[in-house]
Amino acid sequence: MPSPAIEIENLSKEYPYGFLNLKKRKSLENLTMQVESGEVFGFLGPNGAGKSTTIKLLMRLIFPTSGTARILGESINDISMHQDIGYLPEQPYFYDYLTATEVLEYFARFHKSTDADRHERVERLLKKVGLDTAKKIQLRKYSKGMLQRVGLAQAILHDPQVVVLDEPMSGLDPLGRREVRDIILELKKQGRTVLFSTHILSDAEMLCDRVGVIVGGKLRGVGTPGEMVGIQSQGMEILFEVDTPGQKFRLLQKATKTGERYRVQLPESELYAHVDELRAAGARILSVVQIKPTLEEFFMNLVDADRAQASAVEVSGK
Amino acid sequence: MRNVWVVASNTFREAVRDRVLYNLVFFALLMIGAAILVGQISIGIEQSVIISLGLSAISIIGIFIAVFIGVGLVSKEMDKRTLYALLAKPVERWQFLTGKFAGLAMTLTVNTAAMTVGLYLALWTVKHPLASSDWNLLLAVYLILLKLVLIVALAMLFSCFTSPFLAILFTVGIYIAGLFAGELRTMQAVDLSPAAMGMFRAVSYVLPNFENFNVMGVVAHGRPVPVGLVWQGTVYAALYGAIVLAGAALIFSRRNLK
Repeated sequence: MPSPAIEIENLSKEYPYGFLNLKKRKSLENLTMQVESGEVFGFLGPNGAGKSTTIKLLMRLIFPTSGTARILGESINDISMHQDIGYLPEQPYFYDYLTATEVLEYFARFHKSTDADRHERVERLLKKVGLDTAKKIQLRKYSKGMLQRVGLAQAILHDPQVVVLDEPMSGLDPLGRREVRDIILELKKQGRTVLFSTHILSDAEMLCDRVGVIVGGKLRGVGTPGEMVGIQSQGMEILFEVDTPGQKFRLLQKATKTGERYRVQLPESELYAHVDELRAAGARILSVVQIKPTLEEFFMNLVDADRAQASAVEVSGK
Repeated sequence: MRNVWVVASNTFREAVRDRVLYNLVFFALLMIGAAILVGQISIGIEQSVIISLGLSAISIIGIFIAVFIGVGLVSKEMDKRTLYALLAKPVERWQFLTGKFAGLAMTLTVNTAAMTVGLYLALWTVKHPLASSDWNLLLAVYLILLKLVLIVALAMLFSCFTSPFLAILFTVGIYIAGLFAGELRTMQAVDLSPAAMGMFRAVSYVLPNFENFNVMGVVAHGRPVPVGLVWQGTVYAALYGAIVLAGAALIFSRRNLK
């Protein structure tokens, strides 16, 4: 069994504040988790939950108060290991006096490659992220979405084994988001490990093998999106049409009308009885689907619980 | 070394694209004006006036660049977060810091060299052909350059642990105090206790002695610059600069970025 690509053990980060910095605010509390080799791992949480703190700790932009982390089996303090890591910062900003080609050439020079190989990679990546036509424009004239694309390009420029993306969809239009999703899926196909943070849950559901949910600096759960939300059905939904206007039957009273179609939700145990009723009334059944909780509902429940707990602590403190 | 060079060359490119070298236009105008005016208002001391004015301008313009850009080298990267993607590459923080330092030192070298050419042209308009003693000017310019490089190191040190505004204040303050380090060392005050005298003496050795780099008066009057002084200045700047940079690297290597 291959070793995990990212291992985090009891990682904590406290920031001092107040007069003489004597008070401490916990930004991350005893985080322990693993990201397996070759998987796409989504790091979910609301703003200020500790996602970026964790990523910055992994990238040694900040230093932990306690705990350790390893990437590809090496300590995060081992600089040579960074040859195999790609990182996209949140809301990336680059030297605005450079063009996209120049900034990628600049970053590529920190990795081992020949001049010809470097030029070829830069050109290929500019095409991949859709900046081929804007590559000779200084970055000061770039939009937020274009900067995000430059950031993504520099993160994967050197074919890293592990790619860490902090809010990669931020600032992108639907087309840009689609392109980023495609790039993440392509990285997965190539066997790369991808850890990305997001609060866009549909992206996580679509892309991730596993997700970790962090709220208030604490990890609240790790698993596949299915495991996280539970597989238990919450009921059934039937979509149907009625040919004869003015027709009346029992189920029609419960249904919600949208255009010419009716939608009704009911317990799974009553499904067949209602299907028979619809058939007897001559209605046309368009679809029958199982209702499952979404990752968003799961996520919102966690956030609400955390807020309720925080309020309770505040009240008891008073 | 490769990483240091990559950062240094980019820092130089930044200075050029941010139009730092535009100060040369101001210097050129000053020299042209001086050359025209000096010929009319000073008889017999044109050379001395041109040299004093030129070297002073080289020094003052250089100090402005060294302090203001030196402080911004690190703080701007942290504020704008351009540093984030870079430090996730296989780059040590000390390599980044040394590269930024070397890049600004390169900029100052090119800037000072261009101003020196301008100074020689102004000198040539009031006196030609130039005498062999006029090449002493180069030694004076070299010592000014050493001083500027030392100021950059100080500006970077302060910017590693405080705000840009305070870093500018500290750098300028240390520079002014450093101009009087020699006086502080030889000060003979009758009403000071031996302990206070000892403290002043100790401070004078810790402060960078910027007077070590000032041979402006000597050169302006056409006297030769002692070679020993040039060597002493070179070794002093190298050692002091290395210690200051090492301190900056130590602080920066432990700093949490926002």
